[in-house]
Parts: sequence; C-alpha cells; structure tokens
Amino acid sequence: METLERILAEHPFFEGLDPRHLKAIEDCATNVRFKPDEYIFREGEEANWFYLIRQGQVALEVFHLEQGSIIIQTLGPGDVLGWSWLIPPYRWRFDARALEHVRAFALDGRCLRTKCDESPELGYALLKRFAMVLEQRLQATRLQLLDLYSVRR
Amino acid sequence: MAVSVEDPMLTRPCRVQRMRMETSDTFTIELENPCHNGAGPGFAPGQFNMLYLFGVGEVPISICGDPARPEVLVHTTREVGSVTRAMRRLRPGDVLGVRGPFGTGWPVDEAVGKDVVLIAGGIGLAPLRPALYALLERRDEFGKIVLLYGTRSPDDLLYQRELEKWRARFDLNVYVTVDRAAGRWRGNVGVVTTLIPGAPFDPLETVAFVCGPEVMMRFTVQELERRGVAKEAIYVSMERNMKCGVGLCGHCQFGPFFVCKDGPVFQYSKIEPFFGKREV
Repeated sequence: METLERILAEHPFFEGLDPRHLKAIEDCATNVRFKPDEYIFREGEEANWFYLIRQGQVALEVFHLEQGSIIIQTLGPGDVLGWSWLIPPYRWRFDARALEHVRAFALDGRCLRTKCDESPELGYALLKRFAMVLEQRLQATRLQLLDLYSVRR
Repeated sequence: MAVSVEDPMLTRPCRVQRMRMETSDTFTIELENPCHNGAGPGFAPGQFNMLYLFGVGEVPISICGDPARPEVLVHTTREVGSVTRAMRRLRPGDVLGVRGPFGTGWPVDEAVGKDVVLIAGGIGLAPLRPALYALLERRDEFGKIVLLYGTRSPDDLLYQRELEKWRARFDLNVYVTVDRAAGRWRGNVGVVTTLIPGAPFDPLETVAFVCGPEVMMRFTVQELERRGVAKEAIYVSMERNMKCGVGLCGHCQFGPFFVCKDGPVFQYSKIEPFFGKREV
C-alpha cells in the first residue's frame, strides 16, 4: 500500500524535498476530493489550507457584477492551489471551483506555519518552492496582460 | 519543402467558391485553383499566396487548406486593414487575383520518426493547419502529435468543428487554452505557454512548429527550450510586410533574410540573433 508520505513525495511540488521535511509536512496533510462545480474556497474566506492537485481541473474565478464569474486561470494535476495561507491577512483572493472530479492533498496552513516557525530550514525549503510557483504565475499573468494573440494576418 | 511557381509576378484570376465567418473578425475564403492540373502538390504546408482584390490592393495570406486537395485554395484571415476588410465582403462567384505559392514550408519530412508539437496562437492556427493535415495523412511515420492552441477567448477559436474532431482522435493530443473565459467554459484558462511543461512529448526527440504573433512565439520558444527542445528542432513562421513575394523588393527584409523567399518558416537557430530585436 502506498503511504501518504510516498504519494506526497511524488507530487512535482515536493520533488527532491528532504525526507525529514516531507515527514513534517505529512503531519499537516489530508486527502480530499471535490465534485464538479463544488467550490474549494471562496474569495474573502479564511485561507488556512493550500492544495496539491493530483487529478482534475480547478478554475480560479473572480465574480464580476455585470459579467458573472470570470475564469482567470485553470490549474490541473501537479499544480499548487493557493498561497494566501502564507501571507497575512490569510484570506482567499479568488474563488476556486472544481471543473471536474478533483483529487488533491489539502495541507493545513496553520499547522505548516507552526512547523516552519519551529524549523526555519523547512520554512526556507517551502518558501523556495512557493517562490518558483509565484514566479511562474506572475510570468503567465504578464503574458495574459500582453494580449499575445492580438495581431497576425 | 517548397513548391515554386512558374511566373511569380503573374496574377491568376480565381473564383470564390465559399466564404465562411470563423469568428467575429476572421473569415475563410475558398477559391477554385484553375491552374492546378491535378499532378503533384499545389503548395507546401506553411507557404503563402499574394491575394489581389482588384482595385483595392494585394496582401500576403497563408494557405490553410489541405495539401492533398490543391484544387481548392483556402485562406483564413482577420480583418486588419482596408484590403482584408473589403475581402470580407466577397461572395461566391466573385474573382480574386492570386500569385503564389511563395516561401518555405514546415519541414514535415524532417519530423519523421519524432514527436511533433504544433503550437498556435490566435490566427496562427491557420498556417499550421496544412502541416497538421500532412502529418495526419502520414500518421504512422511520426511519434506523438500534439497541438497546443491558445486564443483570447472561447469565441476566438478557429475551426471549432475541426478542433472537436481532432480532440476525438486517439492518435492526436489537442490542448486548447484561452486567456479569459466565462464560468461555463470547461477548458483551460491561461496563455498557451503554460501548456508546454505538461504536454506529452519527448523534448529530446521532438520537432516543434510554432506560429502566432511574434511576441507569443518569443515566449513559446523560451518555454520549449526550458523543456529541453533544441533550437535546431524549433521552427517558427515569421511575418513581415511582404510585397513582391520573391525577394526582389526588400520590404520584408529580416536581418540577412527575406521573409517571403527565405521564410516564412525558419529554423529558429538560424534567426535567433534577430528574433525579438527591436529594429531588424
């Protein structure tokens, strides 16, 4: 039988992470599932979790009064969902909705924050990984702003 | 591979068979090709024609039909100027002047035995479509074939019915993404480059064909290189202000190259020093 630690280690986000850190993270992780159209979190709610998607697609949405929900990004297997648990005031900035059956690991942000405070080494290892995710998302957002497909005859 | 034309300056009158709106500002013209005698290929995937609307002007437009059906010339274009705006009003039976085909094509033969990834942005799917037809015609000769296609919104997707057919095939991987969508959209949202890290191809055994606005191609090439695809295995279709089509007038000069004659399809490693430069 596969252990949670092993499945966590196989997720791209934790690839190469020190086994000691993985063990600490495992204590804060649970396996979760979401049905299609189920909201994983909503804008303004407390952000005490983040998710490592294993299967299925998730839409990040903003609600617009005239246009309704607008999808600004989709995430899939191997992606990380949510970093608001890291940054005060720990509130979600967007809605996250499962587009299909989603399987993920939910990681308890409060539990992880405590462990990171106790072990700066773990905190640094996690922050480095999140910094990479943030850089990729920032780059993707910049490209979206460029309106890449605007002219070509 | 490229197909050359006997008299490149001679405009042939071709009759419009069909006109079809693809999106709110993009349309497809199908023309009879009376000059094709039924023997040999009529054009290579990636080549373009100069289309002349009598009394209005001439514009270069990629050929986006099936190379196996050269008796019909298919061109998809967006309304971006006075000529294409007037072209949109053409009706079946109207006549358009055609010169071509011109330029280089996608190196389909060089991709034999390898995975092929086609990456299109916006209307860039049109010049890539003949390459996809050619690849599918000889499907057994290639490894995985992957199409990554990005547009602004679901309403801007070209060839929607065909995309659905391609997605239904077991021997073709199609991923579509849009920059922005309403809540009912079930596909990907994000720029086309975000599809590259997870796309199913072996970067060491892949040939990539990339077509779209230059800024999109620039970031696509970066992401392909990050994934491990060699510069020599990346081909891009460039666009410049082409006039004569045969490298005489110099309008489309791009560094030491003429896009109309040496391109529009270039091996990325050959044009890298000029690619993305502000003044070339």
